[in-house]
Amino acid sequence: MSNPIKQPNTDAVAANAQSQSQRQSRIEHKERMQTLMRTAGMLPVLILLCIGFGVVTEGFFSLQNISIVTQQASINVVLAAGMTFVILTGGIDLSVGSILSAAAVVALITSNIPGWGYLGIPAALLVGLGFGLVNGALIALLKLPPFIVTLGSLTAVRGIARLIGNDTTIFNPQLPFAFIGNDTLFGVPWLVIIAIAVVVLSWFILRRTVLGLRIYSVGGNPEAARLSGIKVWGIQLFVYAASGVLAGLGAVMSAARLYAANGLQLGQSYELDAIAAVILGGTSFVGGVGSIVGTLIGALIIAVLTNGLVLLGVSDIWQYIIKGLVIIGAVALDRYRQRGSART
Amino acid sequence: MSSHEARPALLEMRGISKTFPGVRALDNVRLTVYPGEVHSLMGENGAGKSTLMKILSGAYQADPGGEILIEGKVSMIDGPLAARALGVAVIYQELSLAPNLSVAENIHAGRELKKGGLLGLVDRAGMERGCEDVLKRLGASFKPHTLVGDLSIAEQQLVEIARAVHARARILVMDEPTTPLSSRETDRLFELIRTLRAEGIAIIYISHRMAEIYELSDRVSVLRDGSYVGTLTRDELSAESLVRMMVGRDISGFYKKEHAPYDPGKVVLQARDIADEGRVRGCSLDLHAGEVLGIAGLVGAGRTEFARLIFGAEPRVRGEVSMDGKPLNVRTPRDAIDAGLVYLTEDRKGQGLFLDMSVRDNINVAVCSRDARMGVLDLARGASRARDAIASLSIRVPNARVNAGALSGGNQQKVLLSRLLETQPRVLILDEPTRGVDIGAKSEIYRIINELARTGVGIIVISSELPEIIGVADRVLVMREGEIAGELGGYTGKPIEQEAIIELATGSRPALAA
Repeated sequence: MSNPIKQPNTDAVAANAQSQSQRQSRIEHKERMQTLMRTAGMLPVLILLCIGFGVVTEGFFSLQNISIVTQQASINVVLAAGMTFVILTGGIDLSVGSILSAAAVVALITSNIPGWGYLGIPAALLVGLGFGLVNGALIALLKLPPFIVTLGSLTAVRGIARLIGNDTTIFNPQLPFAFIGNDTLFGVPWLVIIAIAVVVLSWFILRRTVLGLRIYSVGGNPEAARLSGIKVWGIQLFVYAASGVLAGLGAVMSAARLYAANGLQLGQSYELDAIAAVILGGTSFVGGVGSIVGTLIGALIIAVLTNGLVLLGVSDIWQYIIKGLVIIGAVALDRYRQRGSART
Repeated sequence: MSSHEARPALLEMRGISKTFPGVRALDNVRLTVYPGEVHSLMGENGAGKSTLMKILSGAYQADPGGEILIEGKVSMIDGPLAARALGVAVIYQELSLAPNLSVAENIHAGRELKKGGLLGLVDRAGMERGCEDVLKRLGASFKPHTLVGDLSIAEQQLVEIARAVHARARILVMDEPTTPLSSRETDRLFELIRTLRAEGIAIIYISHRMAEIYELSDRVSVLRDGSYVGTLTRDELSAESLVRMMVGRDISGFYKKEHAPYDPGKVVLQARDIADEGRVRGCSLDLHAGEVLGIAGLVGAGRTEFARLIFGAEPRVRGEVSMDGKPLNVRTPRDAIDAGLVYLTEDRKGQGLFLDMSVRDNINVAVCSRDARMGVLDLARGASRARDAIASLSIRVPNARVNAGALSGGNQQKVLLSRLLETQPRVLILDEPTRGVDIGAKSEIYRIINELARTGVGIIVISSELPEIIGVADRVLVMREGEIAGELGGYTGKPIEQEAIIELATGSRPALAA
């Protein structure tokens, strides 16, 4: 035992323990139910939506449609993974859409260099990392509020994206890494493989590493984290850098699909879908509570909803309204269910 | 006092039970309170005291079958307004005042005076005049138009009491009112309570502090695990009987000093001329291996700030710290922890625990990097650490996966303590380690302190509870206004006594040379 204290040797402890064990098993049962509800989270909603659309439309469950839905979700999943890291620390990153746009433009321009086409990938990732680090430095070192900093980045980086691309659309019909956006590996689209890989890696970091534990700590109680010896600024720098890199990865995926990138139009309001996915997935805005699995489910809900409404022939305008209402409703339902959780 | 029983009871709660999903918080509880008495309510955390008071104040409703009688009449308290109308007022630990409003507005909250006429404008001048009387009676030194946010905690508490008195409360419930107060302010509060008692108001006083219970109570009722155990009158009061009623077992020798006297030659921590920008003005201390060093002083004397400066939680303007004779460059908490110096914060919820994280993670967070392989958590090791810690500190949880926020105060404190102990520290600084902690857990924490001292760890205990410091410390430093005013006990030859500590803390005698 690493703890220098020895166990007390009183019979009274044993006697107390018996009346405790009954109470404990009751508490244990309650805890199990609550954990189940919390991890199940939005999954019932997703399943209901799938079943609903499956019944009401034709072809929802066709292999082709599933492929479409998952591919459409995959970029958002990647962005939302980065957003999960950030929101877990109690912050927010409003600039991911703009970063994706700038990185995609750079990716495309780089890919047009003869013989160096594949450089587009690391170029995009580096651009994402760079902007992420700038965000992180302003937030972690200068202690500026994340909302304001990333709001500023959202605008400034969008401008930079337009600048780099000369406010035009950059094409590359012979994009060497276009297979990422269009081909499959053993029948699974590359986009989906990348998204799943990001989710698995994020899960591992958050649940199985010291870094992940520290991320939850900083989000849960930054002062307690500091007093426990955690370098809060380092954690914050990491999550914003990660969000930036993942936006860069999203840029690669987007460029690969479209063979093109436009600094002004690409990535508009991508950050909103990412944030919606994270919040739908049960991650709390104040930080310290949440999971990547929840984010995945949240992103799938958004993708399924969009896809289903399109299949139903619902017009664009109504899609927005319905999507917004579903997000509000789902979060309200979730908060209502969590009302009973014991927090003294 | 038998004169109380002669008068009819003001409040009778009979057969009160309260069931929450899965938990029976109260089971057939009884409480009788007479006018003009101070009736203390004691019990461990989780015994049901606050649930009972919430039923009285209308926040909860009792299960069917219970009755509440006010002045002999069965009363329906179906909400806070009903409770207020019946003359029940509760003053919680977290004061419920609006800091941005004036004293008068707070006193009249919910019953604002309006000027006559259609517009229903607020009559501020009238409200201010209306409460001048109450404030004078209670001995307040501030004016009714003062913003509550500008008042000290003690004064804010006075406003809460004034609000209750102004609303003609006959039953005043006070929940741990002295926690944020200095000893002078506590004395004034007690005078106030006696004044109110003389006017026939019944005061239900909830506290963990034995000394206060003794000083104030006419009668004491004890709850345990949701059941009513019994009531003692003032003459029947004794520490042993109270503790036995609360805990159900005998805890003799409440405050313990069960470790050998320390060796004055073995200094484990040395701090010299520690100062910050104004709260701490050049303080020094020597801590010996196996010593329990108490730091006493009034609230605001700078004890916590001193500790945090040593620990590296705040930047030092000057001063050096050394451990085992070697200078320590501690600039962040990480440096301190790595060197074997740990600090238990006085604000366990705000600065210590991760309330939404499991007990296991809370315990492991400072050492997980030591166990980790290439950054990957060693989950098995973490689980066994948590299991061992829960066993050796007797933390009452069904398992280590429960969220820390769900634990009682005493158990939360033990979780925080475990986190520190896992780092195998050489020096522990404990800041108010038993604040808001029930008697059973307090006793266990003292046992832990003694065990640690026996193994040669140096311990600094900052406490505002004088009996605790006197009972636990080998030596005591008293701080006043950012400086060390004096030293008692240890090998100084000066006994550690309450009067001596208070004199040094308040400066009513010239400071003794250390």
